Formats: sequence, structure tokens, C-alpha cells
Amino acid sequence: MPSRQHVDGSAALTMPKGAMPAGAGRKAAAHHERPAPLFGRAAVPFFTPGVIGITALAAAGLAVLAARLVFGLGAVTNLNDQYPWGIWIGVDVATGVALAAGGFTTAFIAHVLHHERYHVLVRPALLTATLGYTFVALGVCVDLGRYYNIWHVLMPSMWQGNSALFEVGMCVCCYLTVLYCEFMPIVCERFRGHVNLPGLLRVFNGALEVLLRVIDNTLGRVMNFFIIMGVVLSCAHQSSLGTLMAIAPSKLHPLWHTAILPLQFLLSAFAVGLSMVVFESMLASRALKRAPEMPVLSPLARIIPFLLTVYFGSKVVDMANRGSWVYLQEFSLRTVSWGVENIVGIFIPMAILLSHRLRRRPAWLFSAAAMVVFGVALNRINVFVIGYTPPFSEGPYIPAWTEVLLTAGFIALLVLIYRLFIFLFPILPDEEGAPHA
Amino acid sequence: MVTRREFLKFTGAAAGTAALTSAAAVASTGHSNLDPARFGVLTDVTTCIGCRSCEWACAEEHKLPHGALDTYNDGEVLQTKRRPNAEAYTVVNRYLEPARGDEPLDVKVQCMHCEHPACVSACIVGALQKSPMGPVTYDAWKCIGCRYCMVACPYQIPAYEYENALTPRVMKCTMCSERTLEQGRPPACVEICPVEALLFGSREELLKIAHERIDQNPGRYHPEVHGEHAVGGTSWLLLGDRPATEFGIPKLANESPAVLTETIQHGIFRGFSGPLMLFTLLTVLMKSSTDKRHGKGWSEQDEEDNRNQDGEDHHA
Repeated sequence: MPSRQHVDGSAALTMPKGAMPAGAGRKAAAHHERPAPLFGRAAVPFFTPGVIGITALAAAGLAVLAARLVFGLGAVTNLNDQYPWGIWIGVDVATGVALAAGGFTTAFIAHVLHHERYHVLVRPALLTATLGYTFVALGVCVDLGRYYNIWHVLMPSMWQGNSALFEVGMCVCCYLTVLYCEFMPIVCERFRGHVNLPGLLRVFNGALEVLLRVIDNTLGRVMNFFIIMGVVLSCAHQSSLGTLMAIAPSKLHPLWHTAILPLQFLLSAFAVGLSMVVFESMLASRALKRAPEMPVLSPLARIIPFLLTVYFGSKVVDMANRGSWVYLQEFSLRTVSWGVENIVGIFIPMAILLSHRLRRRPAWLFSAAAMVVFGVALNRINVFVIGYTPPFSEGPYIPAWTEVLLTAGFIALLVLIYRLFIFLFPILPDEEGAPHA
Repeated sequence: MVTRREFLKFTGAAAGTAALTSAAAVASTGHSNLDPARFGVLTDVTTCIGCRSCEWACAEEHKLPHGALDTYNDGEVLQTKRRPNAEAYTVVNRYLEPARGDEPLDVKVQCMHCEHPACVSACIVGALQKSPMGPVTYDAWKCIGCRYCMVACPYQIPAYEYENALTPRVMKCTMCSERTLEQGRPPACVEICPVEALLFGSREELLKIAHERIDQNPGRYHPEVHGEHAVGGTSWLLLGDRPATEFGIPKLANESPAVLTETIQHGIFRGFSGPLMLFTLLTVLMKSSTDKRHGKGWSEQDEEDNRNQDGEDHHA
């Protein structure tokens, strides 16, 4: 399906008018004195043995989804009256939102602070955020007992401003809309000027062309608004996700329960957002047999240790303030999990990324980014699952294999769609183009 | 008053835990629209004989699965500690403490109908409501089934119909709101209790009665009525011979857990002040900052990084 054909791209999201017809090629772009295209489509075979395995996993996850819809939550989960939330909320939703933070952090650096060199990272991060949040919404719906009532959240008659969950729900809804609007110019760039539907559908070609032009031009004018809204909405719901568990002081273990949980969630989202960008950029490069984007990633990674320091600082000050460090004297799953979260997830990557030398070695950079991702993911799982200790419990919650399979299947499906999109749309930095020529 | 509240909230957001808690204390006052004559139920735990008639009456009233009334008077069931679940809004548990040499203590468990309920505060669509007259009610039609109420409840009461694939409900005691609110009749459990261990009436009156009993019989009762202050007060009150934490009530603060989260929510989002400030700041940043590629600071470091990198690549 994919060929080595290049698609011209606009230099930045904010300049969708720079979009060029695909056939025009780089020469045409140069002729019009536009910057060289930043983004191109992937150009390797789509299916590999790994991709086939991932497809199988996604299919298995969808089978569990079918079982959940037909037989109910009780049949496929180990949830009960003591543990109303399991990994579908702790991983699919809470961790999903955190790991999709790359979208707003890169948008902030590239489009608000105008660090143009990081523009090449914006589209992959935007795609991750768009797909990530789509799957967060899907994950929520799967977990909801009455998923078909999800629209109630949008009805003003049922708005409930006291609920942190309401705030999260509204923000995620709005942010998802913003993300789709931010993504549209990429779709326009790909198809504008050469919409070519087959067969009878070709009567719509003209209309679609006009539609794409209108969307492209309209969005071009208001894109700055969407970019800023994206950052504001992200800050709001990343923090509110922490407020969620603040309502259960007698259930969430004191190692994690604090009044500043929302602040900690926000600070960790900043750190994990950038780490995720590094992590997935390097994964994508490897999957597509390209050289890692080290000239962009190493300088970006320099910011991460500072963000980690602020995040960890908030934890230390809070623990000293509440005296909750005494709980670290016992040896249990929770203290071990807390230790791993902070040592593997914060200390080690911080040490690696502070080193000017190690930061520029792909293997070290990748490991450090992966550790931050792991650490923040574990933090979310600790807060929502492992640290959840209800007063009346008949034993710990251990997810059912079907819960794990659905979560794994959804992640597989996300990876698959990501791969599909980088083949279909100009998302990744153009392979042969020099981004800063 | 409002200014002080605002001020405290602002400092709370800025300075962290300590300030936040004081802001919360202020915010919690004047929260409710509760009727002064609202209903309550008083359980005198010392009077209960563990006959479990209340369990039967409750199941009968709410059309939950149940057997005949005479099958309930079965001491065997009391051997294990049970919790309310999707098929029982209330259960009785027996506490035997040989060291005290007392009679067994039987304790009825059900929703406490908090005055400032965390479940109501948590509910994303307002399916759970605190009636000004006392009961915490549930509207299954509104519910989306997120189960955040179950996470929020400090007494760990709401249960869920996990086995129902299409229309699962949150299940909990309603204080028989149809009877109490519409007909002024007592809840089914109170009506059937053969020993008047349960009293239905205005919460204020019930508190008076509880304290009279404590004053008249200090040897028999623990001096504290559970629910007078716990989690900001509850409509269901417990009078016992020992602290409530010794008969199955979790150790709880005197403030509703919802106070903290509501303070955070309203502190940040009141009048959208927080988001608006951030929006303005970002707009100014976006307009004022220019292409940093050849600028100072970060970017110079970037270039240096790159040169080093290139150098390394050449060596390799």
C-alpha cells in the first residue's frame, strides 16, 4: 500500500495554508519558497510478524469487550463491592490520560514558546494524544455499568459541579474535540487537492474538496485558540484526575493520599508527557528502521530532570508535612510499590538525564524515558488500584485475566491504529528531508 | 465572609495542605440546604436482640430476594461478619467480646445517610441526592454506572449489580424514602423492630433522646452518639455501649471527605478564574515569544548539544 512517494507538508500546524498537493513534490515546494516539508508518510511494509501478533492481541481484547457487553461486568472482571474500580480505570483511564500528556506539553513548547526545532515532534505527539484520549473515552465506556447513559454528563440539567469526575469528564470531552480539530489540518493536507473517491462515490469529490478547503482555512485562522485551549484543558483535567481519589481519605493509603494529589498529578503529567514523546519517537524510529531523532530528543530530554525534581519535591515536602514517611518503615506490597515508583521512576532516570554524555546515547536516553513512563504509570496504578485499601475487604483485588486481556487488547489496537495513521498521513518527520535545512 | 473564604481558598491553592485544610473548614459551613425538621433514625445498639426481622422487612419492602420471616431468626448467620450487598440493603452483625463478659452486641448495618454525603458530592450526574428531609436517594435512570459513589463512601455502603449486563443499579438503603418522604411513615425496618432498637423521628429529637439516655444511664452507654459529628454528621445515629469503631464503623474524621475535594474544585474553578488566568498567560506567552531557533538560552544550549552530537557521530 505505501510507496516511497513523498507528501508535502506544511511547516507547522499553525500554517495549514502551506499545504501542497501531493504530486507537486519537493521541487515545487522549493520553487514556491516554502520551507522544506517537515512531515512525510512511513515507507516500509505495513505487516510484519510483530504487527500480526499485535493484531491477534487486539482481536482477543475485542472478544472480551463483546463478552462484557453480553454477560456484564461481573462475568469478566474481579470487581466487587469492596473494589469498585480495577485496572480498567487505573490503567486504561488514569494511566492513559497521563501518558497522553505528550500532546499538550509539546504543543506548549513548540507552539506557545515557539521553539521551532521541536515542531518535528508535535505531530507524533498529537497523534498519540488523539488516539490515547479516544481510547481513554472507550475505556471509560467499557467500565461504565450504564455506558449508554454517558451523554447524561453533557446535559446541563444533570451537571454536578461538586464532582471531580464531572470536571474530568467535561474536560476530556472538550479536549478530545480540540485534539480532533488540531488533527484535521493533517487530514486536509493529505487529501486536499486530490480527493479521488472510486466508482459512484466520485460525484462527491467536488463537495469533499470544498469541505476540506473550508475546514482547512477555518481551522487555520483559529488554530492558536485550539492550541491554547488544549493546554488549559489538559492542565485542568490532569490535576482533577488526582482530585478524584482525594475524596477517599479512609481508603487510599496515606503514602499517596494527600490534599495536593491534584498538584502532584499535574507535575508528573509534565514530566511524563515529554518522556513519552522521547519514548515513542525512538520506538517508532526503530519500528520503521530509521535513525533516532537524537538532535531533537536529547535537548528535549534535558528539561525532564527539572520537571522530575519539582514533582519529587512536592512529594517530599508533602510527606514531611503529613509525617506519612512512617508508613515506609513497614515492608509490604505498598511500600515496595512506592519505592519502585520513586527510585526506578524518578531517581535513576533523573541521574541519567542529568548527564550530558548519557543523554546523547540512544540506549541510555531510551531507558531513562521508559523509566519515567513506567514510574508515572505505576504512580497512577498505585493511587487507583494498589494503594486502595478499603476498611472492609475480603482479600486484595487481583484483576481477572479477561480484564488484563481487554486492557492489553486496547493498547494493541491503539498501537495498530497509530501504525496505520503514520502510513496514511504525514505524521513523522520527513525521512529524507533535513528538518532545519 | 465570602471574601475571607475566597482568600483562604486562594492561599490554600498556593500554599498547600495546611492552608487548604483551613479553607476547607470555612467552606464546609453554610453548605447545606437541609430542613431543620429533617428525619433521622436512631439505632440503640444495646437494645438489639439480633432477630434480623429488619433484614426481612427491608427485603420485602424493596422487593429484594428473601425467604419467609421465620427463617431469619437464625443465629448461625450471625457467626460471620457480613456487609450490605446488591441483594440486601441492611444486615445485622454480632460482636462477641468474652473479655467484657457482656451480652453479645448486635449491630444493624446500612447507609448512614450523611448530612454532607461524599457519594452525592462524587456523583457525576446527580443520580444520588441528599433530600433536605434526610434520606440520600438514588435515581437509576440518571446513573451512568461509574461507581465513583462506592469509592467515595466512607462507610463503604453502596453495592453494585455487577451480574446485570444491561441495567445494573447502585444498591443501598433509601431510608424507605417513598414511605418516609411521601407518607410520613417510618422505614420498614423501624416499623417491624420488636424491641424498639430503632427509632424514627426528627434528627434533632433523636439526638436529644440519645443524650438523655446517656445521661440517665451512663454505665450502659458510651458517651458519644456516632453520627452526631462524624463525617460532618449523619441522619442515621448510633448509640452503643462502646466506641462505634469497636462495632464495625471505620475510624472517621469529623469532616465530610467531600469538603476537601469540593474546596479544591471550587477553589480552582470558581468563575473559571483558574483556567481563564492560565489562558491569558498562555496567550501572552504565545504572542510575545518568537522563534527561539537562533535565540538565547535554551536554544544556544541546543545548538551546542547538536555540535557535540555531530562531533561524536563523526568520530563513530
